[in-house]
Amino acid sequence: MTQSDPDRRTGSPAWRAAECAARESYGKLLALLAVRTNDVAAAEDALADAFASALAHWPVAGVPNSPDAWLLTAARRRLVDDARHRQSADRVHDAVAAELGPAIVEGADVSDMPDHRLALMFACTHPAIDAESRAPLMLQAVLGFDARRIAAAFIQSPAAMAQRLVRAKRKIRDARISMEIPELSELPDRLDAVLDAIYVAYTDGWGNPQDATMERQGLTAEAIRLARLVADLAPREPEPLGLLALLLYVDARRTAHRPATGGYIPLTEQDPAAWDDSLIDEAERLLDRAALARTIGRFQLEAAIQSVHAARRRSGVTDWAALVMLYDALWRRTGSDVVATNRAVARAAVDGPATGLADLDAIRAAGRVESYQPFWAARAEMLARLGDRTAAAEAYQRAIGLAADPEVRRFLLDRSQMPRPS
Amino acid sequence: MQYALLIYGNEKAAASMTPEAGQRMWAAFGAYTTALKESGAYVTGAPLQATSTSTSIHGGGSGATVLDGPFAETKEQLGGFYLIEAPDLDAAIKWARRCPGTESGTVEVRPVAAMPA
Repeated sequence: MTQSDPDRRTGSPAWRAAECAARESYGKLLALLAVRTNDVAAAEDALADAFASALAHWPVAGVPNSPDAWLLTAARRRLVDDARHRQSADRVHDAVAAELGPAIVEGADVSDMPDHRLALMFACTHPAIDAESRAPLMLQAVLGFDARRIAAAFIQSPAAMAQRLVRAKRKIRDARISMEIPELSELPDRLDAVLDAIYVAYTDGWGNPQDATMERQGLTAEAIRLARLVADLAPREPEPLGLLALLLYVDARRTAHRPATGGYIPLTEQDPAAWDDSLIDEAERLLDRAALARTIGRFQLEAAIQSVHAARRRSGVTDWAALVMLYDALWRRTGSDVVATNRAVARAAVDGPATGLADLDAIRAAGRVESYQPFWAARAEMLARLGDRTAAAEAYQRAIGLAADPEVRRFLLDRSQMPRPS
Repeated sequence: MQYALLIYGNEKAAASMTPEAGQRMWAAFGAYTTALKESGAYVTGAPLQATSTSTSIHGGGSGATVLDGPFAETKEQLGGFYLIEAPDLDAAIKWARRCPGTESGTVEVRPVAAMPA
């Protein structure tokens, strides 16, 4: 066999089939290995090895009947070898072999094995892990993204991201962060951290399709995949359903919001005909199902807000009063300036721009919105509606300067030059 | 910590902009500078004239040569810079992302080195 063997070449159909089969199993296999050893980094190395040898063998020999079992066996051997190598004491080898133990039987089908991915997600989003590392760590552990790709998705320097991930994994191992599903009393809080990390991954991917590297576009799809996974793995919890519904509502508006021809269209000016009805329908069903649990939460509230906006596709109008109430409830839970800003926009729609502006002034007094672009855009809009051209121009100036998205920058530049009836 | 944001772009493309596009670009940079100043991140900054106005000096003493223009023909030329104050690299990257120079060019983020005392 030579290097030029067409089946082995990176990107050949045989190679892609192998890559796809391997990728599908990644999270489940990593969870199986890591849950036993508490060592995510070692499990990753072992799996990476197994994948490399799979990509060398499968394109030629064919994808095995049970790719998972093949990979698991290879990774398991590597872990045991490593332990033997590190400290030649047989005792250690036996201990690792015992840990990997009977639960991982060579040749067994992974689909018969317990799915530990949720436990792995809990470990990745543990309160002891620094908050900014949680979403990246989860993407890496459950989906197998490499550090470079994660850094691109979160717009951070690759070196810093790699270091951050290494540090988090070391902490899981050295501090022995639990790899179990938390007890019922702790579950809602801990689940929040998992959901929050997924939410962060989604919004980071959605923010700016302009610099649409594949990394960033792919991130939204992967976040939805993770949200589906959590909803499946914790079927009795309402908040995962709320999160999944939220992401689907937002995703349904993707092309209406950012048409392929370019430009940026704010929610209130979108044509509902451009929304994806089937995604909205699915989101509505999920939100109904979540409501059966009769425990409201942040993500259900956010999904409910989206549901009110989505109702415009049938009614033709937006129920702003309902939105004010939902934002109120959300603000009481989060105390977030982002929520408060959105609430002020809804209040302006109900009670007029002067009321909305007074709300914005109150938010600004707390001093955390100075570099929050949507705050300045909202303020500019309200000032323009009140006919205060000078103050509106200043606020637009701030919003334009803070915009990271060229389409939003262009949109705001146009708005700032638009003549207004006063 | 201080960071330099070095803005590279294709100056031929910039020179052939319509007056309207040019005006929008200056408006965007003006707003960006304002945002930097209002947030307390601005230290200094300036746009640079085209590389056709540039002169490079190489070597010291009597062997010094003075050359017209920049050293190498590259696709993107240094067109301006900002010096900003940011708590860390991620914060500096956040500001670089907002720089209108990213629309058609590259913004390089370089930490400022401390001078040995």
